[in-house]
Amino acid sequence: MSTLGSLFVREMRLAIRVGGGAWMGVLFFLCVIVVVPFGIGPDLNLLSRIGPAILWIGALLASLLGLDRLFQADRDDGSLDLLLMGDTPLELVVLTKCLAHWAASGLPLVISAPVFSLFLNMDPLATAALTATLVAGTPALTLIGGIGAALTVSLRRGGLLLAILVLPLTIPVLIFGVSAANAALDYSLPFATPFAILCALTLISAVVGPFAAAAALRFSSD
Amino acid sequence: MALIDLANPTRFLRLTDRLLPWLVGATVVTMVAGLYLSLYASPEDYQQGATVRIMYIHVPFAWLAMFAYTVMALASLGTLVWKHPLSDVSAKAAAPIGAAFTFLCLVTGSLWGKPMWGTWWVWDARLTSVLVLFIMYLGIIALWRTIEDPIRAGKAVAVLTLVGYLNVPIIKFSVDWWNTLHQPASIMRMDGPSMPPSMLVPLLVMALAFTFLFMTLHFMTMRSEILRRRIRTMRQREASGAAGVATATTGARPGPAHSDTKPAEAHS
Repeated sequence: MSTLGSLFVREMRLAIRVGGGAWMGVLFFLCVIVVVPFGIGPDLNLLSRIGPAILWIGALLASLLGLDRLFQADRDDGSLDLLLMGDTPLELVVLTKCLAHWAASGLPLVISAPVFSLFLNMDPLATAALTATLVAGTPALTLIGGIGAALTVSLRRGGLLLAILVLPLTIPVLIFGVSAANAALDYSLPFATPFAILCALTLISAVVGPFAAAAALRFSSD
Repeated sequence: MALIDLANPTRFLRLTDRLLPWLVGATVVTMVAGLYLSLYASPEDYQQGATVRIMYIHVPFAWLAMFAYTVMALASLGTLVWKHPLSDVSAKAAAPIGAAFTFLCLVTGSLWGKPMWGTWWVWDARLTSVLVLFIMYLGIIALWRTIEDPIRAGKAVAVLTLVGYLNVPIIKFSVDWWNTLHQPASIMRMDGPSMPPSMLVPLLVMALAFTFLFMTLHFMTMRSEILRRRIRTMRQREASGAAGVATATTGARPGPAHSDTKPAEAHS
């Protein structure tokens, strides 16, 4: 098995066996969804109208949760130094780690979103559109978050700072994700255009994210 | 090759020592001229009355908010590509000044919006992207403050600044999209070239004045940052000397050599 493949398997194994990170994210997602109706009232019409937005904001917040451990756990036990010194390009290592992190914590959010959309009275078409946008958009959140995780890797309590650094950069993803998902509610809005831009944002962050995160990791170690 | 020569901080300090009085003078002259032109010599708007004069400070603030970020991005390139020793000093000095200009831009815009639009805040595309820019400035300042070692902080912040600089046009584009989706047309249209010269000239003079002000403040902050780093190094050297053989170094740097001084983390 190739180096990157075994790294991916290792990350997945760690994510599943250690502390149930994926479930915590889904649980937090559920908490956000449950809290919102208490704030704005139980009006089902209103909820179905703003449902995609609530689910997107919930997914955005939940995807920030585990990010601070993305590189910090490896730094604590010393394996980050091995990854830095190894022959495999650090950019690819970072990309693999981000993909594994997405598969372990982003994918559960995407899978649970259709279930949670029932609480918000969304019809099947809106749910399908929302799930499609989450599949396309959440990798971008993880990849952008990876930059923040690499920048704050050497800080003791970098979790809050990471959220502050990452959230402004994720605004475009949120805008196009929600506007594509809203197309299922209002037929006068286009779906394909914002969805294509959302995919483009994910691809851009797949290029920029690993390079920036790898640079930040190299600088943090010297 | 002036930029390479300035890699020596002492030379930079000497140069700015000579440059700063001229810059301060230029700032004062252009500012006085600009204030006179914009407050007395320029006509009132036929619709907005005297309120239009807010524009003469608001637009320069907006321009400098972007300019300071561009300076930071160039300095970050200098840090990462050429490892120029003064570029991270420049980036660090520009961040609070840029944040202050962005904040002033938001405040003056809000004060202008109240009489014109009847509200302090509109989720207009421009206002929103400036607000996001302000948050990014604050994030950069927060990162500067959390990483203790200035060299390492400089590199981390340089990565963040460049990623942010790539993102600024994307954010601007997406906020425009979001805005046209939610509300029909922008309330305010202010196209530069369509402005009469009696208003354009004071605006340009004020923009020049604030650019000089930015340069003055930037050089002053850079100077104090260089001096602050020297003091930091001196303290560390002193502390490590005191922690080592206390008797051997007392002659070199006179001062209270406490026996409980912590060993410095100079070489981390």
